[in-house]
Amino acid sequence: MKLLRFAIPLGVFALLVVFLWRGLGRDPHEVPSPLLGKAAPAFALPALSKDDSVVSSDSMRGKVWLLNFWGSWCFACRDEHPTLMRLAAANEVPIVGIDWKDDPSAGKAWLANLGDPYLTTVKDASGVVAIDYGVYGAPETFLIDRQGVIRKKFIGAITDDEIRNELLPLVHQLNQ
Amino acid sequence: MIPELGHFALILALAIALIGAIVPLWGSARGDVALMGIARTTAQVHFGLIALAFACLAYSFYSNDFSVENVAANSNSLLPAPYRLAATWGSHEGSLLLWVLMLSGWMFAVSVLSRSLPLELVARVLSVMSMISIGFLTFLIFTSNPFRRLIPAPLQGNDLNPLLQDPGMVVHPPMLYMGYVGFSVAFAFAIAALLGKRLDATWARWARPWTTAAWCFLTVGICLGSAWAYYVLGWGGWWFWDPVENASLMPWLVGTALIHSLAVTEKRAGFKSWTVLLAIVAFSMSLLGTFLVRSGVLTSVHAFATDPTRGTFVLVFLAIVIGASLALYAWRAPGIARGPGFALVSREAALLGNNLVFAIAMGAVALGTLYPLILDGLGLSKISVGAPYFNTVFFPLVMPALVMIGFGPALRWRDGSFADIARQHLPYALLAAFAAGVWTFAVHGGMVMALALFFAFWIIATTALHVVVPFMRMQRRSFIGRIRAQQPSFYGMHLAHLGIAVFIIGVTLVKNTETELDTKLSFGQSVMVGNYSFHFDSVTPFEGPNYSGLRGRVDVSKNGTPIVTLLPEQHTFTRSGQTMTDAAISAGVFRQIYVSMGEPIGDSAWSLRIYIKPFVSWIWGGALMMAMGGGLALLDRRYRQRLKARVVAPAVMRRKGKGMPTPSLAKS
Repeated sequence: MKLLRFAIPLGVFALLVVFLWRGLGRDPHEVPSPLLGKAAPAFALPALSKDDSVVSSDSMRGKVWLLNFWGSWCFACRDEHPTLMRLAAANEVPIVGIDWKDDPSAGKAWLANLGDPYLTTVKDASGVVAIDYGVYGAPETFLIDRQGVIRKKFIGAITDDEIRNELLPLVHQLNQ
Repeated sequence: MIPELGHFALILALAIALIGAIVPLWGSARGDVALMGIARTTAQVHFGLIALAFACLAYSFYSNDFSVENVAANSNSLLPAPYRLAATWGSHEGSLLLWVLMLSGWMFAVSVLSRSLPLELVARVLSVMSMISIGFLTFLIFTSNPFRRLIPAPLQGNDLNPLLQDPGMVVHPPMLYMGYVGFSVAFAFAIAALLGKRLDATWARWARPWTTAAWCFLTVGICLGSAWAYYVLGWGGWWFWDPVENASLMPWLVGTALIHSLAVTEKRAGFKSWTVLLAIVAFSMSLLGTFLVRSGVLTSVHAFATDPTRGTFVLVFLAIVIGASLALYAWRAPGIARGPGFALVSREAALLGNNLVFAIAMGAVALGTLYPLILDGLGLSKISVGAPYFNTVFFPLVMPALVMIGFGPALRWRDGSFADIARQHLPYALLAAFAAGVWTFAVHGGMVMALALFFAFWIIATTALHVVVPFMRMQRRSFIGRIRAQQPSFYGMHLAHLGIAVFIIGVTLVKNTETELDTKLSFGQSVMVGNYSFHFDSVTPFEGPNYSGLRGRVDVSKNGTPIVTLLPEQHTFTRSGQTMTDAAISAGVFRQIYVSMGEPIGDSAWSLRIYIKPFVSWIWGGALMMAMGGGLALLDRRYRQRLKARVVAPAVMRRKGKGMPTPSLAKS
């Protein structure tokens, strides 16, 4: 028994190695979404801009568009932001932003300071819409087609490579 | 030619490390003095070769040799020279080379400063460190060669990540690595003690200064990283509980526990097997940190290139090193004699409490950091654990340690008196509570603020009780004489503890009383934030070495008197087109004024972000005090005496004649 006690650290470590090993084979960004191919949950949320007008997901009907969940508290969103700015500048696909569980003034400051890549931004202070979309963490980005069906989901900061190789080809295809 | 020289030096270093790992260990098993004596020479040659390799890489960066893939990927000719030097360790390959350089540097230091140690122990310690070096050199040479050529060479290189183009980033990685890798010394001492079955107090006495030194470097490294996040990431926070930050905090927490438990092992021969375990875990955490950062198993801001081959290699290495040492521990630790007993109220008990707190805090951070990985590994779900978890959990967990700091140093070894301690400290606790209450009330703070400030004042008041009061009571001594009545380590300990108080004040005040304003200002317009008036004067373009910049001019005044002119900047890097914000900060002791520029709005207006951050400098000031406290502890008389002993040692050896071990530097 006494001997076993000193082997506990070794046991804990062995367990940890197993998880680290399995972690290596997985991409933390890769999450299968049950929503792929399903209709995107509808939402109507107040806009982040001053007038507090309500923006509804119906207004995007008939367009291929991106829905991007972010928050000024989110570290990875800061990484992602320049990429979104480049994507917006390319004018290939409109992006709607959802400022998720955020202080509106911090969200506004974010867009004022770093630039605004979004067609419109709405605020989801309680996170209800994020739950509908099954968002685990920010940033997450959904590609939605003309019929309002979710076609692709990007977990974590979207990269230029993903945009070039996965997103834009799909956008072109859906727009045809 | 130069890169090939560096590559060749690395390969030679690997060969030397192989010799240094096998021969001295074999010698120590057979009691062969000549074989053991090799350890010092190999360690020194090993260091020379790796320093040469590092110098070659640094030179390739300095001379803009874009035929080297690593240089082309991380530097360009427009980059100012200090940043070209920093770019040497800005990439994956370069930072690994820095890791190995630090390791070989610590080995060199051990080989030079180990005159008073038994040769057998030195041989084992250096052999263990050589084994670690073998692992990392193999990793470097076979999966991450920094000297790989790129043919044909591009005319110009990519840029160094603009985030890293900052003075803080030049110094931060070397400091952090010095700390990380420095724990390998304590680790090697522990393994050597386990191998030699000499688990008495002696190994702790030898390992202690090395551990303290490594801990100091790690403290400074983390502090610099936090300051960098504060002013470069530009959004005013100083700690984000990012996995990579946690990877540096975990060894720090274990290291803090280790330096306290080493004290018990050295002075009282207690906690022997626990201290050995901590020494192993501290270094294991450094290795784990390297794995987390380098493998990409966790998502992090430190978005380094991730590569499964590399991840697999580090993991296998991790499993061998940590697995083997924990197995050795499981095998040998049952044979360690139990230390002497102690009462519930005693210094040992307080230090045990400290150890528990730090071990649990480390466990909480590890859990938060690894939880997403574990859930994912079990196929349950993918989650991320954010700052709210850590903020909620961390403060309550470390609270007992904050209480014990106050009276722990006053406790007697083995058996203390609770009544004495209570009588002595109660007035100071009341004083601290009063001060914390008044301050919290003055700024309309809440309970958490009052509690945090209480701990800060409690530490300050009891430090005064333990340092200043005895100092005043000393009779018939000059000022210098009174100071010299205590060892530097006494002052070091109290300085480090005071650092914690200063740190708490900084964290608490920033969290509770900062003011922040995001606003749009036209040229010539002013805005009030707190008591300060900010006048937005102008924005002028200018050209930097590798960027074009815009410099704003904001005059800050208080009650009509000008205080400072702040010049926030925006840099658009020529090569990458990335724009970085360079906030202007006026740093005072009691507040920092922070202005950063956002976006232009029309022709004559900009969005500006303005912070008034009270006491924010105290966060890093406190951390630096902790590091300085550790540094003071290294100045103890006994360590200096050992240095003196080393100077006379060769002479003594010569007198005693032949048959003595003759280490390589004995002649000098």
